[in-house]
Amino acid sequence: MTDVASRDYAITAEERPLDGPSYASVSDYLALLKPRVMSLVVFTALVGILRAPGEVHPVIAFTALLCIAIGAGASGALNMWWDADIDAVMSRTKRRPIPAGRVTPGEALAFGMTLSVGSVLVLGLLVNELAAALLAFTIFFYVVIYTMWLKRSTPQNIVIGGAAGAFPPMVGWAAASGGIGLESVLLFLIIFFWTPPHFWALSLYKADDYARAGVPMLPVVSGPDETRRQILLYTLLLVPLAMSPYFLGMAGLAYGVVSGITGAMMLALAMKVYRLREGAAATKACKQLFGFSILYLFTLFAVLLVEALHVPSWLSGLGS
Amino acid sequence: MAQGSLTMTERDGAPQDSSRRDALPDAEGRREPAEAPVDGVVLSEEQRRRRRSRSVAIAVVLGALCVLFYVVTIVKLGPAVLIRPL
Repeated sequence: MTDVASRDYAITAEERPLDGPSYASVSDYLALLKPRVMSLVVFTALVGILRAPGEVHPVIAFTALLCIAIGAGASGALNMWWDADIDAVMSRTKRRPIPAGRVTPGEALAFGMTLSVGSVLVLGLLVNELAAALLAFTIFFYVVIYTMWLKRSTPQNIVIGGAAGAFPPMVGWAAASGGIGLESVLLFLIIFFWTPPHFWALSLYKADDYARAGVPMLPVVSGPDETRRQILLYTLLLVPLAMSPYFLGMAGLAYGVVSGITGAMMLALAMKVYRLREGAAATKACKQLFGFSILYLFTLFAVLLVEALHVPSWLSGLGS
Repeated sequence: MAQGSLTMTERDGAPQDSSRRDALPDAEGRREPAEAPVDGVVLSEEQRRRRRSRSVAIAVVLGALCVLFYVVTIVKLGPAVLIRPL
């Protein structure tokens, strides 16, 4: 008889018998879905669904949202399966289920593949084929293009890979309307240009972690000064882009005002990161930018969501 | 034996998986094995509890999927489903 049964649950990855009985709990499988990332994906996809032209039945909208959420979670599971070696040496990720030894790589792979295929099939069968194709491409882009290829090979990894995180509102739009509109492309571009300042702010104060894991993030390869310059440049592109839905008449005055104010704050924080280069003040500035960037994107999409649900006539009149 | 692998024992000419007996309830409905397994993997209480919670989660998800397909079918058919020649 093996001694597996007599083991205490507190095990390390090295002790974990790869072909033995599973130690995984339901919460470990939920953790593989990266719930925090998933919540942002669901939120942006919901905005895409609600802002798309035409009517969509609430049940169909819910189904689309569920499939997008599961597809995003599946991408996260496959990312954790592939990147388990990196996760094990980074302080931020070493407690994830695979490096902690609670889930085997094989279990994560099977889980991720099952959910990927399932979410795309259900979206195609119950909603429409275009949305399913876009979701399939999003999963492929995140897992194969970003995780397997770009992440370990170029400092531009999160710039190009950011497209995967930018697709959900476009998938939502396609699910609701059956097409791809200019506004959905704008929503895609906002998230696409938001990603580099967001992740580079994090990587500036986690550069040691990335260097130890051998991930060629921009601060590791080109240094913190170049990273600060690129953060500022991308923020300069991002802020007017984020305001463009208002100027193009796609969003109301409320969005114009909020995107202007929060954009100015985002730019001020990016300049602060650019200016402060050493010591605790520099680290604090990076953390502030990272934290605010999440709030910035959330606020932009929240206003778009509120406007889609209810736009007072005086606001919509001024906005167009 | 190899750590963690399921062991098949030859008995009466047919391979038997000793861990299967764990899943069968005894006369009083308990899921403990009637006798100690000869060989193979014996799950700890923690592993048993976690396996059960995973099984319940899979059952809930499959049930929810059935309900989803049913509701979406009704929505897609719409009220016109009742308007048809008899």
